[in-house]
Amino acid sequence: MKRLLNLRPSRTTSLALGVLPFVLLLAAYLAASSARLAENPNDKLLPSFASFGEAIQRMAIEPDKRSGEILLWTDTASSLRRLGLGVGISALVGLTFGVALGAIPLVRAGLAPFVESVSLIPPMAVLPILFVVFGLDELSKIVLIVFGIAPFIVRDLQQRTQELPHEQIVKAQTLGGGTWQVVLRVILPQVLPRLIDAVRLSLGAAWLFLIAAEAIAATEGLGYRIFLVRRYLAMDVILPYVVWITLLAYLTDLALRLLSRGAFPWYRPAGARGPA
Amino acid sequence: MSRVALRNVWKEYGDHVVLERLKLRVEPGEFCTIVGASGCGKTTFLRMLLGEEEPTRGQISLDGEPLPAEPGPDRGIVFQRYSVFPHLTVLKNVMLGLELRAAPLTGHLFGAARRQARERARDMLAAVGLEQALDKYPAQLSGGMQQRLALAQSLVTQPRILLLDEPFGALDPGIRADMHKLVLDLWARHGLTVFMITHDLKEGFYLGTRLLVFDRVRHDPHAPHAYGATITYDLPVGATDRGLYEAIREDVRKSEAAPAEAA
Repeated sequence: MKRLLNLRPSRTTSLALGVLPFVLLLAAYLAASSARLAENPNDKLLPSFASFGEAIQRMAIEPDKRSGEILLWTDTASSLRRLGLGVGISALVGLTFGVALGAIPLVRAGLAPFVESVSLIPPMAVLPILFVVFGLDELSKIVLIVFGIAPFIVRDLQQRTQELPHEQIVKAQTLGGGTWQVVLRVILPQVLPRLIDAVRLSLGAAWLFLIAAEAIAATEGLGYRIFLVRRYLAMDVILPYVVWITLLAYLTDLALRLLSRGAFPWYRPAGARGPA
Repeated sequence: MSRVALRNVWKEYGDHVVLERLKLRVEPGEFCTIVGASGCGKTTFLRMLLGEEEPTRGQISLDGEPLPAEPGPDRGIVFQRYSVFPHLTVLKNVMLGLELRAAPLTGHLFGAARRQARERARDMLAAVGLEQALDKYPAQLSGGMQQRLALAQSLVTQPRILLLDEPFGALDPGIRADMHKLVLDLWARHGLTVFMITHDLKEGFYLGTRLLVFDRVRHDPHAPHAYGATITYDLPVGATDRGLYEAIREDVRKSEAAPAEAA
């Protein structure tokens, strides 16, 4: 028998081991739920899968009686729009300022202490200010996401830019490159895949700020919905919504990972080994 | 007029003298190899030629003009590592120099100008033996091929001097011999002026036309940084005998053994 350190699972074993925790959780839920329902058929805390089915039917397939809209889709659309705008603006801000801070010593001297201070402000603490300044609708939610993740992306990309070997910057200058050309041809293309990495890392925080903002003031959205139905203890709606949000987050991450691999074949050593 | 002239050049960091009393004239077409113990300022010397460092005293001139204080297209460089751009294919790495020169705003060439640049880059790559690897990324190349690429990339823009900072230090001996042949061939064909740092004294002795040895001649045991290194030997290559080779090797080894601080 080899040491535990050296035991490597086969592909099938890996897959089976990976699925196992999900199966265990599901089984535990089913057992607990049926135990509670046996005691009290009106229990709302751990609904049965049948009531999940009804809730999903109500939220995702049938139009709402009052508004005539299918709630899950309107919620998803407005949440994704806020998230997309917030993350997109943050990425743009992060790229612009991160590269400028990393590449230009004068910009760094002028802005780095400021950016560092701003990134230390807890974003949720300024949410009331955002509501006062930008009102209660879309803008304040997007600004909260930007405020929450842009400083992180800026600082991360500054770091990545400064990590590029100095030899490359010198070499580009000996090839006739000026500041703008070196940024455009040497720094920017190498920082782009690192921007995707930074965005992937900050997506979790972006969802957090989105749901927090929606919970406090919104008229639709995934976060708004789960906090609304919480008043009726509607676990049959909340749990499918949480699973749906998780799935959306997973798919966004997967899409970004595939984009990085497809658009920057030189980036990962593993990608560079095979045919580009 | 000399291609490169140093008039009593010193380089100091505070009280720490790295290089002192450098006097040197190098004519167009000379191939200078530079040897010396580690920490004796060889790299500092090269960085001054590159424009990354400025002398604290004295002047350096390039073709009679004061040397610009930042890296520029008149001086090409190949480092030991990180000389090529990992995000560009072999062909695009070489085209980059032509594109940067011709397109200050976009950094890219289009149409006929692009085709022309591609042809020139392809010819240059054929000259260094990389015509089979045009569409590969640097990470897919061996160390020797990466250095061939770095040479092609520097030479396609026709710099007046070529600086080589231990370019073959990380390569296997067999590949290093191939690279020596290539560098000598390119030097002869392009009429280059070359400065090459090496830690391999033999390489310095048999490659090129002129050998510069950097060493500290003055020592103060109580203030190890009070005196810097200077050029102790300046020899035409080929006109030297075995005894001198041994003597220089002894010198370099002695300085190496003495506590040498960072360059």
